[in-house]
Amino acid sequence: MTFSLRFRAAVVSIALFAAFLGIWHLATRSTAATTTMTPEYAKLMGLTATQGKSAMPGPLDVGAKLWEHLKQPFYDKGPNDKGLGIQLGYSIGRVGLGYLLAVIVAIPLGFLIGMSPLISKAIDPFIQILKPISPLAWMPLALYTIKDSSISAIFVIFICSVWPMLLNTAFGVAAVRKEWINVARTLEVGTIRRAFTVILPAAAPTILTGMRISIGIAWLVIVAAEMLVGGTGIGYFVWNEWNNLSITNVIIAILLIGIVGMLLDQILARFTRMVTFPE
Amino acid sequence: MTDKFISIEGIARRYPGADGAATTIFENLWLSMGRGEFGCVIGHSGCGKTTVLNILAGLDEPSEGAVIVDGQAIEGTSLDRAVIFQSHALLPWRTVLGNVAYAVTSKWRNWDRAKVKAHAQTFIDLVGLTGSEHKRPSELSGGMKQRVGIARALSITPKIMLMDEPFSALDALTRGTLQDEVRRICLETGQTAFMITHDVDEAIYLADKIFLMTNGPGAVLAEIVENPLPKDRGRIDLHRHPLYYALRNHIVDFLVSRSKTFAADVTDHDPRNVPTVRIGKPELVVAAGSEDSTQASWPGLSRPSTSF
Repeated sequence: MTFSLRFRAAVVSIALFAAFLGIWHLATRSTAATTTMTPEYAKLMGLTATQGKSAMPGPLDVGAKLWEHLKQPFYDKGPNDKGLGIQLGYSIGRVGLGYLLAVIVAIPLGFLIGMSPLISKAIDPFIQILKPISPLAWMPLALYTIKDSSISAIFVIFICSVWPMLLNTAFGVAAVRKEWINVARTLEVGTIRRAFTVILPAAAPTILTGMRISIGIAWLVIVAAEMLVGGTGIGYFVWNEWNNLSITNVIIAILLIGIVGMLLDQILARFTRMVTFPE
Repeated sequence: MTDKFISIEGIARRYPGADGAATTIFENLWLSMGRGEFGCVIGHSGCGKTTVLNILAGLDEPSEGAVIVDGQAIEGTSLDRAVIFQSHALLPWRTVLGNVAYAVTSKWRNWDRAKVKAHAQTFIDLVGLTGSEHKRPSELSGGMKQRVGIARALSITPKIMLMDEPFSALDALTRGTLQDEVRRICLETGQTAFMITHDVDEAIYLADKIFLMTNGPGAVLAEIVENPLPKDRGRIDLHRHPLYYALRNHIVDFLVSRSKTFAADVTDHDPRNVPTVRIGKPELVVAAGSEDSTQASWPGLSRPSTSF
């Protein structure tokens, strides 16, 4: 009996995951007590000293803590103790806002660059210089001019997600097949209608690819940005838990960052599939 | 010809060369066609056929000269002149109906949805694609795609249909069927059509007038061959017509040899008065003279004469 490739791949995935958890568990498990000490002293020293437990949490610790977080994701007990749902919400909100601003700027500008060789040549040097700048390098300037750490983070998201969208839009628009443009021309379709009925659908797959790259970068950058600006967000949470020496929470945060990043990417992938046309 | 529906008047097309000197693809080209006529241009690659068609379509501009259609100099593209592209150029994100409807809404902007759909459907039916309205171009064969291209061009009821080697990418069988369709539609609707082709038989089957162009650069319209075959010619017995081979040989001869040497052989060529060749009608024709020296010694075949 043969199973589908998909089923067999799932079995291998689960096996790999189980092996990973097993090794993790074995590597961090408690060994026998190494030293004897008075109960008060032992309590003070913790399991690491008394039972040879690794300082690294095992999968069971992480699992238990994760369950605790999932039971109440939205609690708010002051600035340094908020539920993971709230922290992720702040991060997603910032990414969403910065990303939306980038879409509003990049797509029309990309259209302009793609349609006009003059504008393309004129703007190209600026793009070439601005594109390789690490988005975090803008942070001090943003903090100084905007004077608000939260908006500065949004600005950083904007600046990092604008480039892939801009370049892909310009490329997609410039690469629209001449014959499709000619069809519109022979049908006396005006510039605006041509932009929406021929160029936009023809360039949409390329534009969406740029948007997908952008959302990935934005999610990468938000963690670093929030570590800098502090206050709220999953990036801040990671740094705060590091300061608390709660490696368990750091691991949980890493896991959630990965999952949210995957979801964002999948959403954009779905949009890309929607606008892709077979030839 | 008294009725000049299309009149190409002394057009030239030059491209700037590398050394500053312009490369002339063709110049001083004069050509005219009557209403309801089917004209075919034959010539080798690089003689500027496609450029002529693009200028007629308004997609390209002549460096000199003008094109007059129905009494008006053309300026840019127009819904009066529909183009059937070699590569069919369908919008792949639209269905068959969507592609045709796009053309219909471009012409009649204030039509409502139902009217546009009904009008588009008429032309989809006309090219025999009933039942495939909601397919996307990627689901169609090459021949079906070109049918959509034809339906799209016809749906805007143009004054002229311009075709740039519309069937060259299709297999022989499909090509034959589509030629039949185009011929039927053009005869039924009295459509004026201008087509570029490499295929001599296609030209003989479809065209009323065949325009022979010499090789570029510096291509000229060498002669206009009037098709002597009856208007109601059919594919089945076309090649049995007594004048078929004389016509075919004349064109093939031109393509094989005369198109290369024309400029050297004919020194008194007047581009404004291109000779019209009427095969098999010697009584209408004044002997052409020295040209006949290249006559083949084939028994039973005589080179058609040229009249000036």
